[in-house]
Amino acid sequence: MAEQEKTQVIIVHSAKYQTTYNKKYENRKVWIEPNHNHINSYIPGTIIDILVKEGQKVAAGQSMLVLEAMKMHNDIQMPFKGKILKVNVEKGQKIPKNFVMIEIEPAE
Amino acid sequence: MIILPTCKKHFLIISKGINSIPPDYFNQKTNSMSLKRNILDLRKRKDEVRKGGGDEAMEKQVAMGKLSARDRILSIVDEGSFHEYDMFVEHAGTDFDMGTKVLAGDGVVIGTGTIYGSPVCLFAQDFTVAGGSLGLSHARKITKIMDHALKMRVPLIGINDSGGARIQEGVNSLAGYGEIFFRNTLSSGVIPQISVILGPCAGGAVYSPALTDFVFVVENISKMFITGPAVIKSVLGEDISMEALGGARVHAEITGNAHFFALSEKECFEQIKTLITYIPWNNTQKAKTFPVKEPLSKYKIQNIVPADARLPYDIREIIKSITDGSEFFEIMELFAANIVIGFGRMNGETIGFVANQPKVLAGVLDCDSSDKAARFIRYCNAFNIPIITLEDMPGYLPGVDQEHAGVIRHGAKILYAYSEATVPKITVIIRKAYGGGYIAMNSRHLRADFVFAWPTAEIAVMGPEGAANIVFRKEISEAADPDAMRQQKIQEYKEKFANPYVAASKGYIDEVIEPQETRKILLHALKISASKDVQGPSKKHGLPPF
Repeated sequence: MAEQEKTQVIIVHSAKYQTTYNKKYENRKVWIEPNHNHINSYIPGTIIDILVKEGQKVAAGQSMLVLEAMKMHNDIQMPFKGKILKVNVEKGQKIPKNFVMIEIEPAE
Repeated sequence: MIILPTCKKHFLIISKGINSIPPDYFNQKTNSMSLKRNILDLRKRKDEVRKGGGDEAMEKQVAMGKLSARDRILSIVDEGSFHEYDMFVEHAGTDFDMGTKVLAGDGVVIGTGTIYGSPVCLFAQDFTVAGGSLGLSHARKITKIMDHALKMRVPLIGINDSGGARIQEGVNSLAGYGEIFFRNTLSSGVIPQISVILGPCAGGAVYSPALTDFVFVVENISKMFITGPAVIKSVLGEDISMEALGGARVHAEITGNAHFFALSEKECFEQIKTLITYIPWNNTQKAKTFPVKEPLSKYKIQNIVPADARLPYDIREIIKSITDGSEFFEIMELFAANIVIGFGRMNGETIGFVANQPKVLAGVLDCDSSDKAARFIRYCNAFNIPIITLEDMPGYLPGVDQEHAGVIRHGAKILYAYSEATVPKITVIIRKAYGGGYIAMNSRHLRADFVFAWPTAEIAVMGPEGAANIVFRKEISEAADPDAMRQQKIQEYKEKFANPYVAASKGYIDEVIEPQETRKILLHALKISASKDVQGPSKKHGLPPF
């Protein structure tokens, strides 16, 4: 435990406290505003079908991808009416969680 | 440093055959050859079972720094106290040619023994026999000793070292796990349940330890996960070692699944024995009392805490300056170290300590520390162990990660646990007691029996810096020199509110005490609350936020 005796600072209600960080705090994720034009994988899995092309205009609710995960075929749908800007995956590709599979933009 | 077990000489406890029977063992009347033959036959059968998976498998086990299942039990219990049952139980598998196979004791050792004279029930999975895999008979042996422990109201110690379900026995194997989990839950809060992970413990098997009170792990030996590295790799392509995924350190430091971390099995067994001295046999009893020892003179309670509330110190020094013999048995030392929990003794009696740790993350409450403390408080309450809370914390940890991780529902656990507890609960406010943290850390409002404060205590809705910024926002922003004005207002607020006397004037603090009186006053408070008897409203069970 005594490996890191260097003091670090935690600020609570404007007061600066000298203390040490633990590993979990040091490795905490910094929050970033989610980009609604990115279709991210919500589960790791395999792309088994791509149903749209770059540049294609797509209606809300239309299927774009089939992502197989945990033996289930997940239908990835367009969240709003718009256009496909970029497809970042290929058929058969294994992807982790939070991978940007498709980039889209809303219709005018 | 890893201490390898010095076990080889006794890793097979084989009885010595005919020569070890003294000549006068049989009197004239019974000295028949047939009884002698029966005894020798019995010994031979027992020896056969004790060989487990055979010499080769045993050698492999020992080479990994692991003891055999029986030696592990013998290392925990008092010498000569262990009795093994169900040695001759056979496995129930018939499919996949299992019918012709013999599995010694079906891969698990069960029995009873004593630890420092206290009775315990034990089981130990034997990895040398079919990888310690759990089949129907294996599970029935475990549930038999679990039923026994519950019926006799004595602690249960389970040593896990198993490859998982015995696939050949199919759904019977799953049934076995379910029967174990059910009994873990039934026994929860009635008898202490201890899980020792000394090998793999994967898939469904992890849930028995997770349902028990204390989980022990050993570096390089314990491995716990739901899905192993092979599956993770095939699904995700992520390459991770067993140790990095679910090794001892991961569970002791990151997940909070383990309560005790050791570098060797030997150290682990010592930890188990020490724990047993601190806890009662069951929920109707109190832990054994020990002779009273004064704290060591090297711990000077008045010299530990820096005057500046923003400077850190080790709260464990305060605990050691008030416990008998300055002994403190810390639980979950590596996980959420911003709160310290563990057992010590006062007046010879076991006390549960919950204390904010200014040395780590300024001692803030967060998801993990709330969860850690709440579970410990509930343990103490279930097993009649008084709780002493030492408070020095600036509040809840700010941050998006905390909010999104559910600090509201995790933080609520600590409020729930303290409010619900009916054992004696005493608080000492050392320095900061700000905001929601003040309420959560066993305040008067959650029915603390005694709340003491040092003269250095600051009980306020928040620290002077934050409060001044809000209360005097206008004055500060309109001042010619805002920084100077801010400092002046912080000082004003400090003088007025950063002390224990505002809270004391309202009766929220019972007594403001001098630091060096702390032990004396706590001993008195414990004596007064020894026969405490309070009852809440009758209910089936409460609904804590989990």
